[in-house]
Amino acid sequence: MSIELRNVTHVYAEGSAFRSVALEDISLTIEDGEFLALVGHTGCGKSTLVQHLNGLLKPSSGQVLVDGQDLHGEHVNRRLLRMKVGLVFQYPEYQLFEETVAKDIAFGPKNMGLGADEIDRRVRSAMAQMHLDYQKYAERSPFELSGGQMRRVAIAGILAMEPQTLVLDEPTAGLDPHGRDRILGILRELHEKGTTIVMVSHSMDDVARLATRVAVMSHGKLIATGTPREVFSRQDMMENAGLRIPEAARLCQSLRQRGVPLPDGLFTLEELRTHLSALWREAHPC
Amino acid sequence: MAEQASILAEHVSFTYEESETQTLKDVSLEIKPGEFVAILGHNGSGKSTLAKLLNALYLPTEGRVLVCGMDTAEDERIWDIRRRAGMIFQNPDNQLVATVVREDVAFGLENLGVPHGEMVERIDRALETVRMTAYADSAPHMLSGGQKQRVAIAGILAMAPSCILADEATAMLDPAGREEVLQTVRKLNREQGISVVWITHFMEEAAKADRVIVISDGEIALQGAPREVFKQVERMRELHLDVPHMTALAAELRKEGIPLREDLLTVEEMTEEVCALLCPSN
Repeated sequence: MSIELRNVTHVYAEGSAFRSVALEDISLTIEDGEFLALVGHTGCGKSTLVQHLNGLLKPSSGQVLVDGQDLHGEHVNRRLLRMKVGLVFQYPEYQLFEETVAKDIAFGPKNMGLGADEIDRRVRSAMAQMHLDYQKYAERSPFELSGGQMRRVAIAGILAMEPQTLVLDEPTAGLDPHGRDRILGILRELHEKGTTIVMVSHSMDDVARLATRVAVMSHGKLIATGTPREVFSRQDMMENAGLRIPEAARLCQSLRQRGVPLPDGLFTLEELRTHLSALWREAHPC
Repeated sequence: MAEQASILAEHVSFTYEESETQTLKDVSLEIKPGEFVAILGHNGSGKSTLAKLLNALYLPTEGRVLVCGMDTAEDERIWDIRRRAGMIFQNPDNQLVATVVREDVAFGLENLGVPHGEMVERIDRALETVRMTAYADSAPHMLSGGQKQRVAIAGILAMAPSCILADEATAMLDPAGREEVLQTVRKLNREQGISVVWITHFMEEAAKADRVIVISDGEIALQGAPREVFKQVERMRELHLDVPHMTALAAELRKEGIPLREDLLTVEEMTEEVCALLCPSN
């Protein structure tokens, strides 16, 4: 399943004194099976963009095509198309409300009109995918859980609708390093099993670890797309967009400037470790 | 006589009502005047509880907390204590109360009964210090997260505090907002000698502190200069925490036999170390 944004412009408060252009002529295709990171400074339009992916917002002009069908076209089963795209908002645990974890996760599938058995199957499967033990957590109140666990319950609620594409707006914001690593590890697993993922993130180090492609936004425009290697090697472009490159990429550039013979465009700690230890062994053969 | 501690916690334990387990167990610490102390700990470690004990939002079940020599258990000193140790919270939207920035900064002063003329002067000076003068008459909800946190800091600053307590004050901000809030607090620390207790999940923020205290399961698990704490890479991971990226990379490279310093923290330090070992001219 692909999602294509075709010349999408979004204007808030059109016709009023508060008119503001949040998205300007964005064209971007999210390919089946990719892990796309969407990065940009606060207010650049990232959150507005992701709300177009499942039709929560309608473009002021341009089109959003899901599997080739215009999400806002006539005679389109919008409900069906929207269910293919699961959107996880920032701090999704604020939206938990049910008495038990299982009931909260079942809320979406129930609204889809599924039968009790199917709902149960989906709740169990979503919990397993989010590393939440069914026996241990299903009957507990979501409000007794830790912040990281609550967030995993909230994401499970979206997964239970079995979307083909999962869109997450800053899924690790506010978590401690352990909670962050758990969520990122789970996203990596979901991606490896075939879910298409779109992740909005402020952490370039997280992006470097996971994304197959990066889209950079600035002031409502899409200013660059490419592999992490391509994007992170353009330090000036990133800085102009108000972003930093990952620390590993900064180290690579800083060492190259000093004459250390590293290849251009390394951007993960793992790559630097491999290359630096190779250089060391070359200089110090046993 | 030794200078009085900004904050002194002596054998502090704390148990929430209706809870069977202690959230904090026999914690003792001293924050010296002018010191910048970062507190790290995984979610649920007790670090936010500790912050709330340090300005009398909670009272110890056992032990005592002194803020500038005043015991937080003394009811009649509570406003004086909170004036001396001002707290910034995580969510920028939960701590601004007024409809205009200037009035928000005035809020605490009004409660203290400061005369009008002096109040205006203090508000102006506080807003100038956090570089928010241009927004004095704006509505707080129109500001960015980082700007809102700076207004909250101005509100504390107007009360002439000796200590700022920040409970994950940057957690909900983007990198630019985080930087502007941290810079603001560091400036107050350096230029006005206000001591800072900075609770955070960001290791790179803690790396800039004078001292790091790691809380785990309600107890102080580790403390020391950032270099001393972060070089214990394995221990930090056992505590569900992280270390700065460069410290982690140095630890990996040391395993490969490269004799790097184990306590380096920044890209600049790593560059110097690697060049000393590998640059052609050396």
